[in-house]
Amino acid sequence: MLDIQNVIKLFNPGTPDEKTALVDIKLSLKPGDFVTVIGSNGAGKSTLMNIISGVMKPDLGEVKIDGTNVTSLSEHERSRWIGRVFQDPMAGTAPTMTIEENLAMAYRRGKSRGLSFGVTAAKRKVFREQLVRLGIGLENRLKAKVGLLSGGERQALSLLMATFTQPQILLLDEHTAALDPARAELITKLTERVVREMKLTTLMVTHNMEQAIRLGNRLIMMDKGRIILDIPEERKKDLTVEQLLGEFEKISGHKLADDRIVLG
Amino acid sequence: MLDSIYGAIQLGLMYALMALGVYITFRILDFPDLTVDGSFTTGGAIAAVMISHGYHPLLATVAALLGGMLAGVCTGLLHTKGRINGLLSGILMMIALYSINMRIMGKPNISMIGESTLFSSIATKTFVYIVVLLAVAIVFKLLLDGFLHTDLGLALRATGDNARMIRSFGANTDRTKIIGISLSNGLVALSGALIAQDSGFADINMGIGMIVIGLASVIIGEAIFGARIVIQATLAALLGSVVYRIVIALALRADWLHLEASDLKLITAIIVIIALVIPTVRRAVKQKSVARRRSAELAMSASVGRKGGRS
Repeated sequence: MLDIQNVIKLFNPGTPDEKTALVDIKLSLKPGDFVTVIGSNGAGKSTLMNIISGVMKPDLGEVKIDGTNVTSLSEHERSRWIGRVFQDPMAGTAPTMTIEENLAMAYRRGKSRGLSFGVTAAKRKVFREQLVRLGIGLENRLKAKVGLLSGGERQALSLLMATFTQPQILLLDEHTAALDPARAELITKLTERVVREMKLTTLMVTHNMEQAIRLGNRLIMMDKGRIILDIPEERKKDLTVEQLLGEFEKISGHKLADDRIVLG
Repeated sequence: MLDSIYGAIQLGLMYALMALGVYITFRILDFPDLTVDGSFTTGGAIAAVMISHGYHPLLATVAALLGGMLAGVCTGLLHTKGRINGLLSGILMMIALYSINMRIMGKPNISMIGESTLFSSIATKTFVYIVVLLAVAIVFKLLLDGFLHTDLGLALRATGDNARMIRSFGANTDRTKIIGISLSNGLVALSGALIAQDSGFADINMGIGMIVIGLASVIIGEAIFGARIVIQATLAALLGSVVYRIVIALALRADWLHLEASDLKLITAIIVIIALVIPTVRRAVKQKSVARRRSAELAMSASVGRKGGRS
């Protein structure tokens, strides 16, 4: 479904600040794969997400989605395959617009935007049904401005907007990291359910080791721009956080340095 | 007295189209677009040249609208594809348009006296004139409201609100910006065309300071009528323009103020400055008082907690 071949990305090439953000990354996801990604600060996790979504272009290598080479396509052109939820709850929605308007924009993912009305009675019905699935009462607040919602509510809405058009690939970039533990747990549960029900091919960056082990069917670990560990489902089932950290130290030769790390 | 009020209302309704245009860039796209000073004149110039050459006034007015839209596209391209800072791309277009407007007109001032304009048949009937202008302003307001609720319009609004988000849903934000700036300048040029026909001439300097007047209209409107939702905000821009003209007319009539017509730009600038500064100051004061109250509460509960621990 997603195929990344020999991707290299440099920051500030040719300057004294040159930094190799991604080194020869190879990663293939099968349809329905749910891969969690962990790694140190500056390991290249976010850069990888940006390369996949088209925010950044690789300096070398290819990105293919569902067999199509998308390497040269820009972010908005790739968006018809990719749903994305950002870490910042403010990032995934338009605050001065209403819940139904936000959903209407998400509903047009990958389609042309013309002069037909964004919110219609028929669409409103669909939106309401979808919002009910979140179970947080947003279905009764269709005309509320999104800026009035709490961080957790906005992130739940972002998740719905990113997924309800069934994208080929779902990218989750630490999307629970900015929430308090209770809200983070709610969003994690929602994520699990949505991914399972819609069989979405998912790549999730997380700082929560326990979450990285518990969720998904595959775990990859990154360090200094490389994928240093790729743990398949069979081994991941019985893994503990200690084993995972131990494994990281053994391979990378240093402790997992992450100021926001959550062990579980 | 009343006559000057009626005149102010008429002018306000014609300038309301410009205010709607400024609303699109300033409020929706969050892009203070100085092209307005040039494109307003472009509208007046195109209308005046075509009408004085015998073209139908309606055709001339539509051509003015299209000319303004083209100017907006240029500013949009400079800003998005050329990656020039927004303010600077507007300034560059404004300067470039001065020469272009001069080329269009061929001389600094074109008179339409004696030609038939859109308003020739009604300009002397005060009330009919006001009703017609009101109808025109409302039609454009409603068209804009409708557009801003279409799929494209939603993408345009999201571009100013959260560009990253709408890109992740597949909108080309360069394109939405260009469309927005183009529509805005189309409305501005249309307003210029109406003003030229109303006054009977187009002048190369008729657009100077227009952006500030547009901003004043939008801000005054928001302050008086509110701008919670789009249809309210567009109404506010429209009425703000009328209120601005009435205030100016009254100020000019108040002899004890000893105002000259040339003082208007200063007054307008001061109005905009006040309107921009007040909300910031008010927010800061409020934040300070909330912070003070909350920290007093915290200090209180902390000292209560200590006493409880000692006893």
